[in-house]
Amino acid sequence: MDLQPTDDQAALVEMITAFAADRFSIETVRSFGEQGGFDRSRWAELAALGTFGISVPEEQGGVGLHFIDAVLVHEALGASLVPGPLVAATLASGVIDGVIDGTVVPCIINVGSEGPLLVENFRSSDVLLIIDDQGVGLARCDDATGVDIGHPTDPTTPVTILDSLPKTERIGDSDLARAWRRRGSLLASAQLAGNSAGSTKLAVEYAKEREQFGRPIGSFQGLKHLLADSWIRTEMARSSVWAAGVTIDEPEVGSIDRAIAGARLTSARAATENAKTCVQVHGGMGFTWEVDAHLFLKRAWVLETQFGSIDDAAEDVADLYATR
Amino acid sequence: MHLRDSESDAIFRSEVREWLRGAVASMPTPPSPDDWPGRRSYDAKWQRMLFDAGYAGINWPAEHGGRGATPTEHLIFLEESAAAKAPDVGVGFVGQMHAGPTIIAEGTDAQKSHHLRGILTGDHVWCQGFSEPGSGSDLASLRTRAFRDGDDYVVSGQKIWTSHAVAADYCEMLVRTDPNELKHKGISWLIMPMDLPGIDVRPLVTVHGSTEFAELFLDEVRVPVANLVGDENDGWRVANVTLSFERGTGFVGELLDTTNVFQELIQYSKASSRNGKTIWDDDSIRREVGIIGADLDALWAFTKRNVSQGARGGMVMGSGSGFKVAFATTQHRLGDLALRVLDRASLSMDDLGGEPTGELVHSKLHAFAISLGGGTTQIQQNIIAERVLGLPRER
Ligand SMILES: Cc1cc2nc3c(=O)[nH]c(=O)nc-3n(C[C@H](O)[C@H](O)[C@H](O)COP(=O)(O)OP(=O)(O)OC[C@H]3O[C@@H](n4cnc5c(N)ncnc54)[C@H](O)[C@@H]3O)c2cc1C
Repeated sequence: MDLQPTDDQAALVEMITAFAADRFSIETVRSFGEQGGFDRSRWAELAALGTFGISVPEEQGGVGLHFIDAVLVHEALGASLVPGPLVAATLASGVIDGVIDGTVVPCIINVGSEGPLLVENFRSSDVLLIIDDQGVGLARCDDATGVDIGHPTDPTTPVTILDSLPKTERIGDSDLARAWRRRGSLLASAQLAGNSAGSTKLAVEYAKEREQFGRPIGSFQGLKHLLADSWIRTEMARSSVWAAGVTIDEPEVGSIDRAIAGARLTSARAATENAKTCVQVHGGMGFTWEVDAHLFLKRAWVLETQFGSIDDAAEDVADLYATR
Repeated sequence: MHLRDSESDAIFRSEVREWLRGAVASMPTPPSPDDWPGRRSYDAKWQRMLFDAGYAGINWPAEHGGRGATPTEHLIFLEESAAAKAPDVGVGFVGQMHAGPTIIAEGTDAQKSHHLRGILTGDHVWCQGFSEPGSGSDLASLRTRAFRDGDDYVVSGQKIWTSHAVAADYCEMLVRTDPNELKHKGISWLIMPMDLPGIDVRPLVTVHGSTEFAELFLDEVRVPVANLVGDENDGWRVANVTLSFERGTGFVGELLDTTNVFQELIQYSKASSRNGKTIWDDDSIRREVGIIGADLDALWAFTKRNVSQGARGGMVMGSGSGFKVAFATTQHRLGDLALRVLDRASLSMDDLGGEPTGELVHSKLHAFAISLGGGTTQIQQNIIAERVLGLPRER
């Protein structure tokens, strides 16, 4: 057993974090959300790092590492709010040509719940992946029509409502659908864990700088305890996300479904609560469009709905405990 | 990263499992919480079996009579012990987890040869006399005085919340040896035999209604200077050396207990009905169970991270504090759910109808021991805010 990142894994995370800081500054992140703002060359740079093919075997053009490494990469991406269909690209790498190097951009819809057919990053994408209980289907985005949302809740995540599901070419059976749902859920949870760390960092920096009553607001215990709780939630989220990642690689160690549902619960709570704390710590500035606090909160809201709701995850964990 | 056992860990696990099966079966039924002589001899019996089998002081260095096991092996041992429903460390807690490691790190050769074996065999029971009526979270403000008089310290003052004091042979004590120094600097660490004249132990009744801890009234107790551990006035540092002994396994026993209580709560809610359906059929109950279950799994993973880091030679700053706060929060949340599920059955601290209802009530109350004992949740939050996040001190 060893549930701390190895030196290589720490270096990988550092590399992604440094790349994100350099090439996905917050201005770039914001511009990705604007109409036509998706920058394909920047996306290709991200792909060239091996980001999407991290756990794809080398003979299929990937980096040949384990799924836990993809999890760590997504955590780092989430901490920096890197935009775009990161989960879809990671799932489709090694399955659909061109995704791994960023020349083909995929988006994804997980069919299951009722309601409008909302797809993120649809206009930036070339292909649409459709997951349902029977399997995974592939369509060209050009073959689907839809209406773009004028004011997506997360300004860095454009959303389109499809008029209907297009005809697809079947690329995988129900086993692939199940695997993608599990992995997609965990990659989103990894981003949530990273998001929770990112908003905490932003809040702590502000709490050290901003002064009221003649001293930094971070010296007030009311804020200290809020921020300590944020840090603890992140560590809890990380713990369960990492354990779930390793469980995918080593299925004999426990229930994959319980680990994944549990990771969703702890990471969604960490991200949404920590971002709320981040807004609160910023005072009036936190209520502005200009300060990034709301971007963490809104991205967290997007991610926590991907591949199933929080309530579904809670029921899954309960049922899997009860039938143990 | 891995969760599976390495080859040698897998062998260790099966050896431990094999031994536990026979050993646990040979234990008598445990005594009741207020039967201190009974508890003492029960815990000593188990400790002796561990000692004879080479499992005592599992994480202690071999040169001091321990097994010198890795943190991972320690975790495996605790996991298997819980699975086998083996007795826990009981009244051996302070000796094995705190006083023994402190003496190993800071004691003289005479202290080591006099005390370590008795802790390992279970013959010597220790308690911890740190807290005082006026000094809890602000422990360094403690006032129990020790004057030097020839070859003795003459100790007077009062200690409180001293767990297992009624059963203890020795007390690890913090005393003030220099009242003129800054508060952290005038403190010394003493070994106080509990049978010395001038010690009055008065049991305190806890919220459970049992006598888990006590007050110590100390009236000119003459403790030999030879019982000073570390240098005079260096006791604050000595009290903290056990931190470097902490390899992430400190709360594993508690976490295992909590996980068992959680399973019992699930079984109880499946077996009990309200308004014509089982309690388990209530979505809101099930979802709360799911959240708590996810937190317990996260706490296990957090433990494994800390143990992994411990195996590399040290803990990440704040990880012990963070774990403790999260664990206390989960324990309280589980207790709240238990009371909701129990409804009117929560009026009894005794089990009802062959179900573990009283145990669930006890578990809710026990949550406070975790959020208060060993540095409260608020103190841990202060530590994280200042030492991990680097926020400015309040004053
Ligand atoms: C079950 C149990 C077993 C124990 N066993 C032992 C033992 O064997 N030996 C021993 O020496 N001690 C023992 N203790 C004592 C324990 O360490 C103290 O109770 C604890 O450190 C708190 O001190 P206090 O009780 O004086 O509370 P106080 O320090 O008076 O705290 C009261 C409240 O004020 C808060 N508070 C205090 N200071 C601050 C601050 N700076 N910032 C924010 N909030 C603050 C606390 O969080 C708490 O909510 C035990 C306690 C319990 C509950």
